[in-house]
Amino acid sequence: MTRPQHVRIGFYVCHCGHNIAAMVDCTAVARYIATLPGVVLSRDYKYMCSDPGQELIQQDIREYGLNRVVVASCSPLLHEHTFRGAVEAGGLNPFFFHMVNIREHNSWVHTDRVLATEKAKDLARAAIERVVHHKPLEIKKVPIHPDVLVVGGGIAGIHAAMTLANAGKKVFLVEREPSIGGHMARFDKTFPTLDCAACILTPKMSEVGSHPNITLWTWSEVVKVDGYVGNYTVQVKRKARYVIEDLCTGCQDCIAHCVYKEPKFDDLFNERLGKRKPVYIPFPQATPQVVLIDPEVCLNFKRSKNPDGTPVVSDKCKKTCVEACGEKRAIDFTQKDQVVEIKVGTILVCTGFKTFDARRVPAYGYGVYPNVYTALEVERLVNASGPTGGHVVLRQGTNPDGSPKTPRSIGIIHCVGSRDKKTNLWCSRVCCMYSMKLAHLLKEHTGAEIYNFYIDIRTPGKGYEEFYNKLLEEGTHFIRGRVGEVTDWTMTPEEEGKLVIRVEDTLAGVVRRIPVDMVVLATGLEPQADADAVRRLFNMSCGGDGWFLERHPKLAPVNTFTDGVFLAGCCQGPKDIPDTVAQAGAAAAEALALIDKGYVEQEPNTAHILDTECSGCKSCIPLCPYTAILFDETRRKAYINEALCKGCGTCVGSCPSGSIVQNLFEDAEIFSEIAGVLAGEPVTAGRTGNLTPIATP
Amino acid sequence: MKYAYFPGCSLKGTGRAYEESLVPVLQHLGVELQELEDWNCCGATAYMAVDEGKACAAAARNLALAERTGLRQMLAPCSACYLVLNKTRHYLQEYPAMRQVVCRALESVGLACRADTTVRHPLDVLVHDIGRDAIRQKVSRPLKGLKVAPYYGCQIVRPYSTFDDQANPTSMDRLIEALGATVVKWPLKTKCCGGSLTGTLPEAGLRLSYILLKEAIKRGADVIATVCPLCQFNLDAYHAKIAARWEPVRIPTVYFSQLMGLAFGLPDHQTVLHRGMVQFRPPPAPAPTPA
Repeated sequence: MTRPQHVRIGFYVCHCGHNIAAMVDCTAVARYIATLPGVVLSRDYKYMCSDPGQELIQQDIREYGLNRVVVASCSPLLHEHTFRGAVEAGGLNPFFFHMVNIREHNSWVHTDRVLATEKAKDLARAAIERVVHHKPLEIKKVPIHPDVLVVGGGIAGIHAAMTLANAGKKVFLVEREPSIGGHMARFDKTFPTLDCAACILTPKMSEVGSHPNITLWTWSEVVKVDGYVGNYTVQVKRKARYVIEDLCTGCQDCIAHCVYKEPKFDDLFNERLGKRKPVYIPFPQATPQVVLIDPEVCLNFKRSKNPDGTPVVSDKCKKTCVEACGEKRAIDFTQKDQVVEIKVGTILVCTGFKTFDARRVPAYGYGVYPNVYTALEVERLVNASGPTGGHVVLRQGTNPDGSPKTPRSIGIIHCVGSRDKKTNLWCSRVCCMYSMKLAHLLKEHTGAEIYNFYIDIRTPGKGYEEFYNKLLEEGTHFIRGRVGEVTDWTMTPEEEGKLVIRVEDTLAGVVRRIPVDMVVLATGLEPQADADAVRRLFNMSCGGDGWFLERHPKLAPVNTFTDGVFLAGCCQGPKDIPDTVAQAGAAAAEALALIDKGYVEQEPNTAHILDTECSGCKSCIPLCPYTAILFDETRRKAYINEALCKGCGTCVGSCPSGSIVQNLFEDAEIFSEIAGVLAGEPVTAGRTGNLTPIATP
Repeated sequence: MKYAYFPGCSLKGTGRAYEESLVPVLQHLGVELQELEDWNCCGATAYMAVDEGKACAAAARNLALAERTGLRQMLAPCSACYLVLNKTRHYLQEYPAMRQVVCRALESVGLACRADTTVRHPLDVLVHDIGRDAIRQKVSRPLKGLKVAPYYGCQIVRPYSTFDDQANPTSMDRLIEALGATVVKWPLKTKCCGGSLTGTLPEAGLRLSYILLKEAIKRGADVIATVCPLCQFNLDAYHAKIAARWEPVRIPTVYFSQLMGLAFGLPDHQTVLHRGMVQFRPPPAPAPTPA
């Protein structure tokens, strides 16, 4: 490798307060780097990212005639941009800069100061060797597509879509269920104000449905995402409803005239507590007001499927629904799933959560004892439009007059599937408050004695602690202790026919048995079952717990690691409605900021093909994940569309003639970096002294 | 299939019906057992509470003997033995200080223990190694109509749940269903029988046995099936005292292996149903199907 002449490198090692300096001897690193060829200047400094730190770089470039700069500090993710800016302000091409991560990759993860310092020297030396070969590069600006895709039509997606649409942006809102509304549409009241969930949600839902800037696609799923920030191509599968959306008026005559006189099939919106017909609308305020047909149970479909899993029309039914629809002709049994392609510049992921499956805690008897309910079931039970019209009646048992039993005593068990090593470690944040809300509503509906069983009451929110106090004053019982089991074995005649909650009351220091008629399990929040597939689709990351990962927990809470993809709502972690709405607004604002800037800057780390070397074998073309490589038939050479290239390097590694070169990752740069990292002396352990020496060959 | 076999003292004494029925059943299924030579008491739960080091050394001697057989797996049918041997293995693997104490003690008698022999429960072996299909094939006299309350007790699922769910174990349920019997749904599967409290603090211990018996009857069970010699003894032996204190709750308690022997059509001296204090009268064998 020929070494460019007249290289004048400035090196800076950052203490980052104690973050780096506590584990790396920064002065020693600076002293060592000063001895390397080409290094004109080597400094250590407390905070390189500070204004004086950046000023220092600019000044040194001018004073010492530096033409290369290396900073050893934190992750490039945080400050590469900052330092490139400083280098540019000092009069150099920003790509004559290289950054070394000695914090996340070194000081934060090591416990031996001697070894950590040596590692910092190795990493810095590698950067010094590499930066010598850097070339001036140019950042390209690519225009941004102003349309936005919002995935998920819960309260987060609804709020984000409205914000963007009101700002004049065209929004595609894609929801997998037949209606938008998400979990919030199933709630009765909202804490702590007890305003009716439907009253505050449904006006927003119908606004979404009628907004000229919003294209609402329910019963649809995103199946493919291509492209990059500013220029995404997205494929959306619009599942067959067997009803033409534009023609259906939502009159629901078809439902009334279905050959099934009575609803017979499980109503999922009502948590299977109610029944629906094969043709149905999920709930009265559903948006859009369009019915759909379930081919699994509709008599006009065969029970056997096509080999590809699509339903087969049997035409066996009298089709009274079609008759009822009449001239509107909205019902179409031949409808098929359709894939539609759209182009957008930014994507907001608001895919929400699922509730914990209470069967995973067998000791609480869900699915064994009929009168054990989940909280979401109770939301439907107390709701005036729910399966019982808002009457709280039990699945099992009768009142003396023969009507379904009304509970006289109810136990609400908190933290089911939360704060538990055996299930999920996290606190689901909303359960304390919704349990107390349900306690209040159940008391209001039934006058029953209510017992809350809690580990800790967590009420951090505006008006939340006051709500807790209100509950205490209402005479709701609060028993501190994680419930051991819900069972039906009895000790006294009073317990016969009841569910017995066995719990250690940790405030009184006694084990209690509390017989109740009804048990409510405050199930926690979990990532959606297909969160991993969705994560891959949008090229996002997940934390170890499965929630989508924000770019930075404090400073970039709605960004993801993929530019142009933003997060809002419970898909990022459990949160209540106020926080969800706030986050959705923030995500919309971030997207707007990007769109209104008009362009995105593209990293110049793209690949290009050396025309003279390319043999025209085409082996690179099918490998490119971004279809950025094209073939010039007349010259029999491949070439790369730099606007599409993401700099992944796949083609570079695969080219048999070595004719593909990637900016910032040229052979000279990589090999000298490797040589630099390997050039050090082997080191034995320092302070802890129990590490084995690195063997020398 | 061959396993080292640690019977433990109960199976030679009060719990002899367990061994007398289990060994023929396993033989019938093609399992070979090699009883450890010169095995000693596992120490049960009592010794662990007095001196963990000595208790571990005593139990580890049996693990060392098992290692000498060269068989990688050891069957420990008694719940207390199963727990103590597993706990000893766990301690030896996780705590170097304990390993040192135990190894030194074993060295003095010329033994060594690597704690790498898996301690298995018969239920685990039956359901996972042999499988329900193989068991179902051996059933010559299905226990049709017999309602069984499967009772696991505490020690095979707590604190270690090595082969079944801790809160709601189901391996014995599946086994009993394979025999053609009906499993009674009851939530007391792993509730304490009173353990040794029936002897030391009868008011507390007997009450727990009483609850189990009463609830099994309430749920329509004909018989309680258990895996533990102490549970079997507690539920079988105190009926007079329980009747005097609360109410008569007469229901037989047998080992699951006795029900298996019955379903396999093994002779009386291998099902040893006569050993129970509360007599279990099995349902009449179904009429032989004409060939």
